[in-house]
Amino acid sequence: MMKLDLSARLPWIGIVLVALALAVLPFALAGIGTTWVRITNLALLFALLALGLNIVVGFAGLLDLGYIAFYAVGAYVYALLASPQFGLHLPFWAIIPLGALVACIFGVLLGAPTLKLRGDYLAIVTLGFGEIIRIFLNNLSQPVNITNGPQGISRIDSFRLGDFDFGKSEMLFGLNFSGPIKYYYLLLLVLIVIIVVNMRLQHSRIGRAWEAIREDEVAARAMGIDTTRMKLLAFAMGASFGGIAGGIFSSMQGFISPESFVLVESIMVLAMVVLGGMGNIWGVILGALLLSFVPELLRHTIEPLQRSLFGRSIVEPEVVRMLLFGLALVLMMLYRPAGLLPSAVRRRELARKSVEP
Amino acid sequence: MNARAPLLQVTGLAVSYGGIKAVKGIDLEVASGEMVCLIGANGAGKTSTLKAIAGLLPVARDSIRFESEPIGGRPAFELVRRGLALVPEGRGVFSQLTVDENLAMGAYIRRDHAEIRRDLDNIFDLFPRLKERRQQTAGTLSGGEQQMLAIGRALMSRPRLLLLDEPSMGLAPLVVARIFEIITEVARQGVTVLVVEQNARLALQRCDRGYVMESGVVTLHDTASALLDNDQVRKAYLGE
Ligand SMILES: Nc1ncnc2c1ncn2[C@@H]1O[C@H](COP(=O)(O)OP(=O)(O)OP(=O)(O)O)[C@@H](O)[C@H]1O
Ligand SMILES: [Mg+2]
Repeated sequence: MMKLDLSARLPWIGIVLVALALAVLPFALAGIGTTWVRITNLALLFALLALGLNIVVGFAGLLDLGYIAFYAVGAYVYALLASPQFGLHLPFWAIIPLGALVACIFGVLLGAPTLKLRGDYLAIVTLGFGEIIRIFLNNLSQPVNITNGPQGISRIDSFRLGDFDFGKSEMLFGLNFSGPIKYYYLLLLVLIVIIVVNMRLQHSRIGRAWEAIREDEVAARAMGIDTTRMKLLAFAMGASFGGIAGGIFSSMQGFISPESFVLVESIMVLAMVVLGGMGNIWGVILGALLLSFVPELLRHTIEPLQRSLFGRSIVEPEVVRMLLFGLALVLMMLYRPAGLLPSAVRRRELARKSVEP
Repeated sequence: MNARAPLLQVTGLAVSYGGIKAVKGIDLEVASGEMVCLIGANGAGKTSTLKAIAGLLPVARDSIRFESEPIGGRPAFELVRRGLALVPEGRGVFSQLTVDENLAMGAYIRRDHAEIRRDLDNIFDLFPRLKERRQQTAGTLSGGEQQMLAIGRALMSRPRLLLLDEPSMGLAPLVVARIFEIITEVARQGVTVLVVEQNARLALQRCDRGYVMESGVVTLHDTASALLDNDQVRKAYLGE
């Protein structure tokens, strides 16, 4: 009887422990250095992005190589409406939804003409789309200066609710809540909301429709699924999440420029999704955290290690990072092609493909 | 019976792919409760006809009427809701989903969960083999089982008209006979059936009426028994 009770409670005990750990984490990290809180925040932001891309790639099976463009759109919407650029300082709770909406519209704009494309062709068009957005941002400083071109936009407002400013340190309950720590809690909250949305989506009629489309589009239509609408919906929802993440990024950094939204970033987010396990929410989050933290850990260990061993730095940390990244991807494709935490269906797909000639 | 409009009425249906005319203005009717077959050689335009009826090809609006409503060119997802279901050529099951998941996908347009469960039981009565393999992925089923699954999945949308494209394709004669027995049973339960077949003899033995198609046109149509006795049909399609 005792035992049964305990095992019924066990998941709850686990959840409480994880929640506690997540709650104290930023203070522990702040003890090592505020940089680590910032790194954690960026990791959480990438988890948001990866979950957004997972809707498009993992759920609906549409390969999108320009996803960072929606992040850029969200970031610029926020920056333009809350910075000295136009002298506008609108509140964040008004701009973030607007950024999501504008990103969503861009998502549909990208989705609509590409509906008939699949696989490689879709990848190329989305890649081009991502680049077009970046180039626009880079050049919209003439004849009318909108984006400030390559210089980017600086002194972007941090989130503010009344007197509570996410950009400033504050003593609360005898603890020092620095700006990054406040953003940490905000990001965690947004992440939880987006995880819940993703989980509900996956098991909804919409999620099943995406699954059918991924498997066989003609058969999906014959089941009564409006494939056009469902594909657009995937693009729109993924884009909205990207837009929200972009807005938070903008306010958190206080400075953005087109350089933050290059192709490599799109590929990085895609790598997080693939490495973690396409279609599996926890896998995608794991992928985002790994690809965010491991490079930072390397950065902080490789240099000092080389210095203490050879007295100087021989190999750049960046080189080691790319080397390990490439190696990790190759090993993954060989041993865990469906990702670290594969989704049930993907696991089956790959299992079958490897049996068939 | 004659006074009432047929469930499906095809008039002057034309299908072309780019410049190629695959179907050149055919007429065809299926009355409610009938079981009708469409036979013909490879490339005659049978699949094109069926796909057009199911809403998978663009055609003139008035060339297809379902329950007197013009439906030509309406999208497939809308026609499923009106009561048309297609079992495509080559089955088109979701190969990585389980049997259960495939059948659930067939009921995508429905929300009456209790009724869905009842229909599921009915389908497992029709296809006991599927019941034994509920958790198996569709891609690992045998060809015959996949065909059964495709039919079961189509039935899950509760169609009034079931369109089948070559259910015998690639199956052993015994399995084909079994599949046709089941289709006849489905028709007996009140579903109207239009089936495209290469296996003319079997189809004509099971159906009420038949249409013969040749390079995009209907060359003959009659009751199935008359077609079985027709010299032309016997020579060209029954190998006598
Ligand atoms: N997507 C397509 N593009 C171009 N031509 C096509 C296409 N689909 C079919 N056709 C052509 O249309 C004609 C009729 O094809 P259809 O598939 O309707 O024949 P069928 O009677 O079903 O033949 P089978 O018994 O071999 O299945 C053929 O000549 C075929 O080559
Ligand atoms: Mg055919």
